[in-house]
Amino acid sequence: MAFNYDYYLRTEKMPTLWCWGCGDGIIMKAVIRAMAKLGWDKNDVCIVSGIGCSGRFSSYIDANTVHTTHGRTIAYATGIKLANPDKHVIVVAGDGDGLAIGGNHTIHGCRRNIDLNFILINNFIYGLTNSQVSPTTPKGAWSVTTQYGNIDPTFDPAELAIGAGATFVGRESVAEAQKLERLFVKGFEHKGFSFFDIHSNCHVNFGRKNKLAQAKQNMDWIEENLIAKNKWDKLSEEEKYELKKQGKFPRGILHHVEEPEYCEEYYKLIERVRGK
Amino acid sequence: MAERYELKQKEVWDGNMAASHALRQAQVDVVAAYPITPSTPIVQNYAQFLADGYVDGEFVMVESEHSAMSACVGASAAGGRVATATSSQGYALMVEVLYQASGMRLPIVMTVVNRALASPLNIHGDHGDLYLGRDAGWIHLIANNPQEAYDMTLCAFKIAENEKVRLPVTTNQDGFLVSHTAQVVEPLDDDTAYKFIGDYKAMNPMLDTKNPQTYGAQTEEEWHFEFKASQHKALMESPAVIDEVFAEFEKLTGRKYNRVETYKLDDADVALVVMGSAYETAMVAVDKAREEGIKAGLIMPRSFRPFPYNEIAEKLKNVKAVAALDRSAPMGAMGALYNEVSGALAANGQSSIMTNYIYGLGGRDTTAQHILEVIKETEKNAKAGKRVTDLQGFINLRGPKLSFN
Repeated sequence: MAFNYDYYLRTEKMPTLWCWGCGDGIIMKAVIRAMAKLGWDKNDVCIVSGIGCSGRFSSYIDANTVHTTHGRTIAYATGIKLANPDKHVIVVAGDGDGLAIGGNHTIHGCRRNIDLNFILINNFIYGLTNSQVSPTTPKGAWSVTTQYGNIDPTFDPAELAIGAGATFVGRESVAEAQKLERLFVKGFEHKGFSFFDIHSNCHVNFGRKNKLAQAKQNMDWIEENLIAKNKWDKLSEEEKYELKKQGKFPRGILHHVEEPEYCEEYYKLIERVRGK
Repeated sequence: MAERYELKQKEVWDGNMAASHALRQAQVDVVAAYPITPSTPIVQNYAQFLADGYVDGEFVMVESEHSAMSACVGASAAGGRVATATSSQGYALMVEVLYQASGMRLPIVMTVVNRALASPLNIHGDHGDLYLGRDAGWIHLIANNPQEAYDMTLCAFKIAENEKVRLPVTTNQDGFLVSHTAQVVEPLDDDTAYKFIGDYKAMNPMLDTKNPQTYGAQTEEEWHFEFKASQHKALMESPAVIDEVFAEFEKLTGRKYNRVETYKLDDADVALVVMGSAYETAMVAVDKAREEGIKAGLIMPRSFRPFPYNEIAEKLKNVKAVAALDRSAPMGAMGALYNEVSGALAANGQSSIMTNYIYGLGGRDTTAQHILEVIKETEKNAKAGKRVTDLQGFINLRGPKLSFN
């Protein structure tokens, strides 16, 4: 029997405001399936979203939801998780939200290794405001604010997350809904900061002047740029460097280590100090 | 040298396009911005003009509005003509730096496309953001339609950069109702517009290596008060320059602006105070009221800061009852326009009967009919010679009637 999403959705809010063919819906469904697979009661889940198209997650999923300000999702979520360490917190933010205006919070969420599930919906553009250059817009790509091509170097958010101390870092694409679901299951299960760099299509506002104006074209382009982790690991450092320069990224679980989780450490500390 | 942009005598522009052409004609050196609805098109159009060779400037898309205003402060202190645009949450995030800009006396021009502040999240218009920046030490000018958005932006540069002023200026236009409503705008040609504003004259630029400067000095208790008082003095004395600039603009265009705008106020018994696009709606309501025999009129501060206390009191001298319409949640007080106008009247020994109405929050429609009802209620006060209506009412609010006394 087909999976029934209705229990997890505010069906009265359907259809979504997302454009036809938008990857956000694929990601949202994968999140829901992962929640179901882990047996999470939706009432034990809090969805925290920011501003931008990804901000709509908190409107559509029928869990506890907070629609916050631009860039501050992780700050809000840190408070939520500290107060309710037994609940599951899923944070959703776009590349502009999570890496530009909220970039500092992303670093500190990773650094603390607090048990948040941070889904970066990375569509390489400010989509909602119609195509301004974002931190992940590839070098050379067109946007309305980079009419002759973007001069900013291509940026790898997963490396930022690893460097900042996230203990689970994965990357997938919306073209692979099943892989996406499996990645979420693994990451959601992980105790500590889980960082998902999910490449998504914005054929409408990224694609329109980058010759990727159809959803499939945009997804194909995303797929062309992703190389499976096991293949990537066999490459030499020079080869990796060259591929990175071309905007290619490894996909899959890129980093997974077990380290003390922030809330646990925090509550241990309280116990220790009170026990004195 | 930038290419000239061929403009028709009459263009069809929305408020955003009108503001961006004014930035282009001012040949702004640096625009630092971050996109936010509904003001995004202003800076996006500027980026397009730049890419097409119509401006010799720099556009930088930074990582937040806080950084946008910070970059503007840097560029302005370094001696450039600087402008940007924002709305609502973006403006809120800028607030810390707004105070920096005015304290450093940097003549930055910013169009604020007025939009409600979250929470709840709303992209539509009200004056919550304008009121938030009220005490930031900026001059705030109001534009009610695309033509005024264009005109006010040109004037804003000339006012801000005047040696006697040297203060940042916002030009405000209602989100969507002005920013996205296309109307006929009569622009100046590029040369005339630029000549009106004039070349940028840097004062104490940081990058003058022969005469290095410090911006943002730490003052503490021995000098802070004097700094702030002198900043306030510049604002309080800016009306002379604003009047001068408006007069020069009138000579050039025939369009006359005043720090206090009025409509059919001369013989009015009843007056409404209203700012923004609703002023034009209220004009229709005033006409209808007059058809019904009510002597109604309108008044609007074109400059919300500096607030034209004495001029408003003078114009309201013979008015019996005044209703101040505020497009922002008053949150535990009367609306800002009510308070300012009441203060202006009291300071001049006048005693028109004052009431306050809150309207249009988050883009709620306010029609001529709604305003006509307000005029009729206000007339009851005028006739009774005392306040017989509620002190604070709400226009077109759903649910049970809400009022405060």
